[in-house]
Amino acid sequence: MSAPFVDKLEGLEDVHPADKWLRTDMLPHIWCPGCGLGIVLNAYIKAAEKAQIPREKRVVVSGIGCSGRAAGYLNQDSYHTTHGRSIAFATGIKIARPDLNVAVISGDGDLFAIGGNHFIHAARRNMDIKVICVNNFNYGMTGGQGGPTTPIGAKTTTTPYGGFEHPFNLPWLAATCGAVYVARWTTLDSRRLRDSIAEALTKKGFAFVEVISPCPIGFGRPNKIGSGLDEMKMYMDKWDLKPPNWITQEGSNPREADITLGKPIVVGKFVDIDKPTFLDLYWKILPHKEETPLNDVEKKQVAGAKA
Amino acid sequence: MVLEKALPEQTHARYWRKPLDIDSQKIPRGKVHIIDVRCKECGFCIEFCPKDVLEKSDKYNRKGYNVVRVVKGREDMCVACKHCEDICPEFALWIEEVKG
Amino acid sequence: MRGAVLTGAHFMNGDIAAAEGAIAAGCRFFAGYPITPATEVTERMAERLPEVNGRYIQMEDEIGSMAAILGASAAGMKSMTSTSGPGFSLMMENIGLGAMMEIPCVVLDVQRGGPSTGLPTLVAQQDMMQARWGSHGDYALVAYCPNSPQEMFNLAIQAFNTAEKYRIPALIMADESIGHMTEKVVIPEQGAIHLVGRKKPTVPPEQYVPFRPDEDLIPPMALAGEGYFVRMTGLTHDEYGRPAINLDAQTKLIPRLTEKIHKHASDIIEYEEMQMEDADVVVVAYGITSRCVRRSVELARKDGVRAGLFRLITAWPFPEKKVKELASRVKAFVVPEINLGQMVLEVERAVAGRVPVRSVTYHGGGLPSPELTYKTIIEVAK
Repeated sequence: MSAPFVDKLEGLEDVHPADKWLRTDMLPHIWCPGCGLGIVLNAYIKAAEKAQIPREKRVVVSGIGCSGRAAGYLNQDSYHTTHGRSIAFATGIKIARPDLNVAVISGDGDLFAIGGNHFIHAARRNMDIKVICVNNFNYGMTGGQGGPTTPIGAKTTTTPYGGFEHPFNLPWLAATCGAVYVARWTTLDSRRLRDSIAEALTKKGFAFVEVISPCPIGFGRPNKIGSGLDEMKMYMDKWDLKPPNWITQEGSNPREADITLGKPIVVGKFVDIDKPTFLDLYWKILPHKEETPLNDVEKKQVAGAKA
Repeated sequence: MVLEKALPEQTHARYWRKPLDIDSQKIPRGKVHIIDVRCKECGFCIEFCPKDVLEKSDKYNRKGYNVVRVVKGREDMCVACKHCEDICPEFALWIEEVKG
Repeated sequence: MRGAVLTGAHFMNGDIAAAEGAIAAGCRFFAGYPITPATEVTERMAERLPEVNGRYIQMEDEIGSMAAILGASAAGMKSMTSTSGPGFSLMMENIGLGAMMEIPCVVLDVQRGGPSTGLPTLVAQQDMMQARWGSHGDYALVAYCPNSPQEMFNLAIQAFNTAEKYRIPALIMADESIGHMTEKVVIPEQGAIHLVGRKKPTVPPEQYVPFRPDEDLIPPMALAGEGYFVRMTGLTHDEYGRPAINLDAQTKLIPRLTEKIHKHASDIIEYEEMQMEDADVVVVAYGITSRCVRRSVELARKDGVRAGLFRLITAWPFPEKKVKELASRVKAFVVPEINLGQMVLEVERAVAGRVPVRSVTYHGGGLPSPELTYKTIIEVAK
């Protein structure tokens, strides 16, 4: 049954306000204690509520890994696809049903290693999908291997001597590829994260929100950060046990948003611009028959594109 | 001194002057609801509650975690900021805004 | 601007005919990536789909193309992609996703010589086993083998019907010669084209169980944005679509994914028999090879050998029953194909040693010479 099924376990007489958006029969979820993925899922739910997107218009597509499981917990249309292909799958949904609000929730490895090609091209096309990347600096599900975001010097199971590859600066990557909305938050910035996701969900075009999230098992343990809580505290006041504090700068240059151990993490909104989406240009440049039935959203798009 | 009287309890904030609308502002109140079976003892809510309303209990849930609880005597201290609700990764607690 | 069905007689190549067949079948979403010798399909779709309020997107690679058509189909658009060997390899993972999520779509593989980059512009039939076993894990799909531009058109429609009916990615295993061959293609009136729709849920959302199959083993499919709140995953899942990583769920789901095809094999399987009534030697062929070896059969007949041609239209599922039945009354099988012996393995399996089965292998790069197959027919007839 796809309707919410409330677990009648002891202590469940309280119904969480997010429960109506969740498949509660799946809770507690599979994520470790201290993992930030639940916070991001919560933020998505609240953001979609804030953005007033009706449930039947919401679609979440996810890839593989811990974050890939996010889709399946949502009581709405959700697709848990193959590794790295969530954006391509979401592209198909969005083109077929432009009236749907299509979001991708996935991890840094999924979106930027194996799925990097789809990310840069969806951003280039300004495909109208919203990508929420949960960045925990490693591959959590497979046991904490290094990935495209692992900072230099950070230890993982495949960088036992410390990471030695330059990591991606995700906001800069997204901005240079053409994303119209780029922001980065940590899971501790719960309210700004929620508001930012709500902004992204209502933004027309390719929107990207990076969320720095604790991974106590894959990243916290080998780097001697401690628990998820310790990692959360680190977002509050220090990064790798060294001051200074993290920095929030609205509209700061994403080029300077590199994440380096011992240096502050820059969070905030980096890009918020307007430009025609893939479908705007599609309707503007390509022929279409006036007599073929278009739905209301398409009609609006066509009118907007021709104007 | 007037300010400290106006605020119901001690606060870390120090104002150099009294806000103009302080008399018309009412501090919201919240009631904490905890769903024991979901708690995984991550401690986020306890650490980041600005009013120190929450603490770890000695009660275990079926997954073997010490679930969070409200500190005895601080039940009325919650100001319904809902930060705990937002940062709880487990959907294990939520705040009901108390009217009146 | 032109309509969806270009009724009338045309002179077009196989690739274009396949694109027209797809559009006539209601395909309105195409995601592709240029690759010889399938590029003409992509080009035709780019030109034609906007005319019929369809959507065309050129993806960044074949992996993306395959994922995008699954997404579009999950949102309700009949979808297709086309490719050739290297791209077909890249699509394999998401073909598996399509099989697992049971999303209908059509993949056209215009085969060229391999492995690797191989012979981009020249013919081969080396992907036949990949069509059956290419993605990891157990699943079953349907693969068609057209042998003319007309059949490219017809089988594109047929492939969509099969995909929609059985909720699978349906494959069209064409080859370079058929794709690039220009012939007369007759496109019928719209009304004469039989289309099969997707089985939709008949119950309200709260009673809908997304992966609970009906008696035909096929569950009704709800789309994104219909209020059914579909949950789909590439993980092994239970009837509700919940990830279920355990023996029970695997035991329930995976046999069904293959069984839903095997159960309907007799409805799916198509073949053509030529001069088979009195045949002693049966030539089993498909695609362009089936046209070249008609000559071999004629030559053998002239020599007094009663040869017949059994042409596979569906390679998968393989017409096992029919071949078994033939094995009880004929003297030998000859299986020419442009590979080092792929479908011959299926023929051998079905014949099970009752009569000799001879493989005739062509290596690709040129049309199969009828001579070689003719000689083999004569040899086995002795």
